[in-house]
Amino acid sequence: MKKMTRKATRHVSQNEGLIFEKSSAGKAAWKLPPLDVPEVDTAALLGSSERKDLGNMPEVSEIEIIRHFTRLSTWNYAIDLGMYPLGSCTMKYNPRVNELVVRLDGLANGHPYQPERISQGALRIIKTLSECLIEITGMDAITLQPAAGAHGELTGLLMVRAYHESKGAPRKKILIPDSAHGTNPATAAMVGYAVENLKSNAQGMVDVAALAEQMNEDVAALMLTNPNTLGVFEQEIHKIAEIMHAKGGLLYMDGANMNALVGKVRPGDFGVDVMHLNLHKTFSTPHGGGGPGSGPVAVKQKLEPFLPTPVLITKPDGTLGFEYNRPQSVGRVRAFYGNFGMFVRALAYILANGPDGLRQTTEDAVLNANYIRKGLEGAYDLPYSTPSMHEVVFSDKLQAKKGVKTMDIAKRLIDYGFHPYTTAFPLIVPGALMIEPTESEPREELDLFIEAMKSIAGEVEADPQTVLDAPHSTRVSRLDETAAARKPVLRWKPAI
Amino acid sequence: MLQAMGARSIDDLFSPIPAEYRLERDLKVPRQMAESEIVDWFRERSRENGDSYATFLGAGAYSHYRPVIIDSLVSRGEFLTAYTPYQAEISQGTLQAIFEFQTMICELTGMEVANASMYDGSTAAAEAVMMAVRLTGRRSVTIARSVHPEYREVLTTYAHHQNLPLATTPFQDNGRLDLEALEKSITPDTACVLIQSPNFFGTIEDADAIAGIAHKKGAMLVVSIAEAVSLGIVEPPRHADVIAMEAQSFGVPLGFGGPYCGVIATREQFVRQMPGRLAGQTTDRNGKRGFVLTLATREQHIRREKATSNICTNQALVALMVNIFMTIYGKIGLRELARQNLAKTAYAAAQFSKHSRLLFSGSPRFNEFVVQTSEDPYAVNSRLLGHKIVGGLPLKKFYPELGNAALWCCTELTTRSVIDTAVGLVAESERSVRSAQEEVDAQEVAR
Repeated sequence: MKKMTRKATRHVSQNEGLIFEKSSAGKAAWKLPPLDVPEVDTAALLGSSERKDLGNMPEVSEIEIIRHFTRLSTWNYAIDLGMYPLGSCTMKYNPRVNELVVRLDGLANGHPYQPERISQGALRIIKTLSECLIEITGMDAITLQPAAGAHGELTGLLMVRAYHESKGAPRKKILIPDSAHGTNPATAAMVGYAVENLKSNAQGMVDVAALAEQMNEDVAALMLTNPNTLGVFEQEIHKIAEIMHAKGGLLYMDGANMNALVGKVRPGDFGVDVMHLNLHKTFSTPHGGGGPGSGPVAVKQKLEPFLPTPVLITKPDGTLGFEYNRPQSVGRVRAFYGNFGMFVRALAYILANGPDGLRQTTEDAVLNANYIRKGLEGAYDLPYSTPSMHEVVFSDKLQAKKGVKTMDIAKRLIDYGFHPYTTAFPLIVPGALMIEPTESEPREELDLFIEAMKSIAGEVEADPQTVLDAPHSTRVSRLDETAAARKPVLRWKPAI
Repeated sequence: MLQAMGARSIDDLFSPIPAEYRLERDLKVPRQMAESEIVDWFRERSRENGDSYATFLGAGAYSHYRPVIIDSLVSRGEFLTAYTPYQAEISQGTLQAIFEFQTMICELTGMEVANASMYDGSTAAAEAVMMAVRLTGRRSVTIARSVHPEYREVLTTYAHHQNLPLATTPFQDNGRLDLEALEKSITPDTACVLIQSPNFFGTIEDADAIAGIAHKKGAMLVVSIAEAVSLGIVEPPRHADVIAMEAQSFGVPLGFGGPYCGVIATREQFVRQMPGRLAGQTTDRNGKRGFVLTLATREQHIRREKATSNICTNQALVALMVNIFMTIYGKIGLRELARQNLAKTAYAAAQFSKHSRLLFSGSPRFNEFVVQTSEDPYAVNSRLLGHKIVGGLPLKKFYPELGNAALWCCTELTTRSVIDTAVGLVAESERSVRSAQEEVDAQEVAR
């Protein structure tokens, strides 16, 4: 293979089978202390409910487990290895002090039902984080209960519905721009609303005239991502809010792209009534291979009565506690109080930044995205020339002439030592390349990325087959997803 | 960098934001702290949070030992700082781990397929019920009153705007579901019966009998399992159609209620209505085994409003903790672990019953039991707190009909000496109520 950029080189990759293939009877990685109470007759206690056999559960030693998972881990790309420019995913650095403080004994071992008088530390964390997030969003009240962004959307729309019901009728529809994340329409459906599509204009923004036409008393809310999934700030946001409010509708903001706004502008100030945040995006909690996340929902005063139960309050004696008696609440959306471990990490991030750091984070995120935009303009087609905020969306229009699609370029990027950008989203851009570098990337890494992307653009011209066959350097080549879906093998079974 | 881009100042980049909305002041959040200050701040919060108390609390969140290597492994940046494994070629570690997780959940639950995780046990139960509604085309749901009260609240929230009628079936004096009442409550419109086993009181339900009743009337059986360790020694509900689990017991910190790890497991024939991510085995262009996320046509990023659920982010890293825990204990260790839980609980229940009334004593139980005291359980717990022990969960809030009852839990971490101390304090509480009563009686006699 020809010489590539400085970012990556080949390296030994250990082979490793499934844990079940390593198992053999008698191996063990566990040890229990001697029982300090009398042994029991399990058959007498459990009768026919007693389980006799645990099937094909593995038996392996501790060193085998360490090696098994360590070897697996080396097959992953990660932020710790380099830039992870997935658009709309905000793959920023995950500070390690967050991981330390969340493991402090009193926080890691706190039981959700322990008495409030010995839970003041956890409650103080919830309160401090709530206050910070309310200030950052410019809203009036918040719930931290939702477990992820989509769960926050669900909670937010439940509140929208409860609000309209309190005014007489829940209304029928939710307006959703065609550039929206898939979770938005899926959520609306779960809350019993019909989804009506809203077309974007030539700048990739909400078509305000079309919105004015589509808005009526059947519309409960507009779900808007701002900046939208093109990384474009909705400049006419005030008009959008006015149109919604004039007909009694609400403005819901999907906060997936809040990393472009923190410390610079507040959704509460530009007319948003309800919004969710993703602590695993904007507030640095790790993505962990797909979760856990946390999706707090912030609201304006008029929606406060509908917050899920329980709600954190300060009691007359100054201690903190939970209020359960909230007659207008939408109810619970999750057992206990939400993904508390994520609250600890997000708050540690806010404390590590302070007001200046939060503002600079946003500035750097926007700066980095625009630096990439400038660096790749010309090499890739820019379907919307509207100014970018924290992410930039190109298309594969130039490369498609050679039969190379966004997914192929993405796979080739792997060979250069980068994780791909988001492919084929947003849906309004055919063959989209959606790139979000975040503030975490130093200029050196951005330059390497630009160099890699330009090099691939060159390869598409000179030798498209190399790109079409990529990746060339990974443990496995492109995997057959069609076969996986046609005849699903979703678990290991012993050979008969 | 600004120069390279031909911009004059950073503010140029924010010019798309209308000036009237730009924040021209500092955010009112605490000032920037050094790392040492951050650690100190959270240490202080940790100390205010019941650090070093022994606990008898369970009720959906269980205190089990977490082997050290769980955190060693999940702290590896390659797991911690990776995204959802959509790019399979550079995510084989996460994908193979999910495949192993799905396999072990199937082995333990007796189901044929399991997903990569849901938010937690409560939302998994609600989503499992929605799944049954889609599969049967029926609309109403029967829920056992012995399902975790907060799980029932979550289901009520989810069902409300879908206009799904919910009926609640009572439990009997032995703590198990009232089967006659159950049979009556199932109508031709009942999509499923939702039970929990071991149920909220720790009692093991007769899931086979319940499945028989549900299936006879064309309804599905959804079983919630909140205490995963029970699967080491309690027969799983093999006739259930869907199992919705909370796997927190498998190596996940209590963490004041989350993040935990929900899972849905079911039969192969129902997989296309199952929510959540799934890893599947396939081959690459050279015929080499590999894993990918599969059956994505069920999911929101493909199907949008027609998806099986809106779930996107799940609990991947927590599922990895669960995965490592299951691997450590494995076929033999899980049974021994469960056996210790059973023994500690049997001992504690017998000791408590010498002084107070043990409810639901006629049925098999796993690691929880309900004790009715003469004194208000909050008052009993105040006595224990002074000895750095957190007593059982007072049930008045959820089950007022049970009076002064509390739900106690013992695990392998509950020592005999803590049990004996707690029993001694409960005995003291009973004596104090008795002597107070005797005093009142004596006064009445004197009068």
